[in-house]
Amino acid sequence: MSHEQLAQLGDHGELGYKHMDHSKDLNGKKPAYPDLAVDFCGIKMKNPIVAASGTFGFGLEYADYLDLSNEVGAISVKGLTPQARNGNEGTRIAETPSGLLNCIGLENPGAEAFVEHILPELRKYDVPILANISAADVDGYAFMAKTLTVEGVAGFEVNISCPNVKNGGMAFGVCAESAAAVCKIVRQNTDLSVIMKLSPNVTDIVEIARAVKEAGADGLSMINTLLGMAIDVKTRRPILGNLYGGLSGPAVKPVALRLVHQVAQAIDLPIMGMGGIMTGTDAVEFMLAGADIVSVGTASMVDPGAIGQIAREMHEYCEDTGIAHISDLVGALQPY
Amino acid sequence: MSGYVEMARVLRNEQIGSDVWIMDLYAPKQAAEAKVGQFCNVRVTGGTAPLLRRPISYAGFDSNEGTITLLYRVVGSGTELMTKLKEGDELDCLGPLGSQFELTDNMLLVGGGVGIAPMLCIASKLNEVEDTTRYTTEEEEVEIQPMASKKATVVLGFRNESETFWADLFKDCPVEVYVTTDDGSVGTKGFPTAIMGELITSERGEAQRVLTPYLTGAGKSELMPQNARLEATTQAIEEALAAAPEGVSVEAVAETADAAAAEGCNIGFTSVLTCGPTPMMKGVAKVAEEYTVSCQVSLEERMGCGTGGCLGCGCHGRGGKRYKVCKEVPVFPAEEVFF
Repeated sequence: MSHEQLAQLGDHGELGYKHMDHSKDLNGKKPAYPDLAVDFCGIKMKNPIVAASGTFGFGLEYADYLDLSNEVGAISVKGLTPQARNGNEGTRIAETPSGLLNCIGLENPGAEAFVEHILPELRKYDVPILANISAADVDGYAFMAKTLTVEGVAGFEVNISCPNVKNGGMAFGVCAESAAAVCKIVRQNTDLSVIMKLSPNVTDIVEIARAVKEAGADGLSMINTLLGMAIDVKTRRPILGNLYGGLSGPAVKPVALRLVHQVAQAIDLPIMGMGGIMTGTDAVEFMLAGADIVSVGTASMVDPGAIGQIAREMHEYCEDTGIAHISDLVGALQPY
Repeated sequence: MSGYVEMARVLRNEQIGSDVWIMDLYAPKQAAEAKVGQFCNVRVTGGTAPLLRRPISYAGFDSNEGTITLLYRVVGSGTELMTKLKEGDELDCLGPLGSQFELTDNMLLVGGGVGIAPMLCIASKLNEVEDTTRYTTEEEEVEIQPMASKKATVVLGFRNESETFWADLFKDCPVEVYVTTDDGSVGTKGFPTAIMGELITSERGEAQRVLTPYLTGAGKSELMPQNARLEATTQAIEEALAAAPEGVSVEAVAETADAAAAEGCNIGFTSVLTCGPTPMMKGVAKVAEEYTVSCQVSLEERMGCGTGGCLGCGCHGRGGKRYKVCKEVPVFPAEEVFF
């Protein structure tokens, strides 16, 4: 609903919601506009920003910098695997122009340790938790779905696109059949929302998206990182211990926007869009391209309070442009 | 609290060596909570290139003045941008981050390269008053005492004499600074490990110290360790006797006090604290172990977030443990991370 339409309704006086003082209650009712709250695949979020897996620890690391219960839409926790993993050896991070390469290699304490030790701490906050899961084989994904379908987990972000592990990971996500097989087994083992995280390192992402939709996915998360490389000319060696790594940050944003747009045009599934979002307007671009919600990753590494700042900037954008509800932006891209 | 994002105001930004700069910043929240060995993560630009923050150890902080001091070497585009900052400019600093050095009574501080910064931070604290005596009240003028119970000796490793400006930074700290250079142009030829043995044994009174310090900072106690020990035990006995109840054996009280004081006072270095290139720190940790002195190391690693969220800076610990360098380290007992 546009600002003009709202103003005509007269609900909030002659000037409409845009000119109201949002800090004050309205006849005892909290002012509702602009409204950032969303429902994504049945998961209710106070704003459309998910803390991206792998950049936000388990969320607790950021509790000093953000009000997790009110400033963050949802948290996708560090990628979990059936067993604990130490991750990759050697240098795991390389800075590139407006970007970041990483090859952490899914360091995590394992699904069961997460449920036992970390989830109880996280449940103290009023924020939906997405379990980001990976496994080396289809049975492993089944185990993950079963183990993590517990009180306190709101849904699954199924990682079939990690570029940094030798077995599983991206291998599942680059082929439509295996992507669908993983989606199907997770679907069979949980009644929670299943969001498939897609890899950009494919020839036709729409084909993969279609395959996981048919296999029962509730939503899509895109994009994972772009496979990349960095070289040190002094030593003439690769900078990353794992040779290649996943590229994130502002450098990938144009690619991510294009992929989100392509999939949104072709597939009718909710999309969590991500890739280099640093500001509120970056997030708005993703929503215009067709993302229902967004995810912020690398920005949190630069500024631990980035998600709160981006949410405020989205709110401001809505106020300035007369958007009553953030979801009004989804797919609202105008023709050139 | 793990840290604050502060827009710190630049008070001074000066070049002190060929590629080394010193910066003072007004950052009161960090200055109030910082501990020696911790660092701040500096965002050198509001733009996206360079994207990540730069982790830089505190070379000093003053909670009364609300200031922090950073020593940095220009190694790339990020630190290059830092050199352009002028007095009054703002710099986005996130800190204090990481773990701290545990200070002991008599420390051997071994630094190399920009790893000298946290050693300078420790040395500068030896002149500082304890928290409890920091403030004076109207009724009572509290005497401001230096942290008399703690002292330190410094060893710095350089490539050659062009780097002695690092040592000069210690001139106002109550420490003796010994220097080694790769080419022998100043101090002893070799690495810091070459002179650690002599310093450790002579500090214990087991051998004569032939080495002469490159610099003796202001306020350094003139007392030799042995004299300090004698004085400490004598004082302890006197106090114990004065406080002893009637009828207790004088000899027994004196003996107990003497033993306790001897154990507590300086009979050599009680710890080695080091920061610098990893090969140097490994060498330092090895010498410390040979002489059974506990050693704390401050690790450096490429970092992503600095807050424990990205796992970009993991390191191996003893027994297959994994540590996040930014959050759980950078200061660690040597035996836990070098093995």
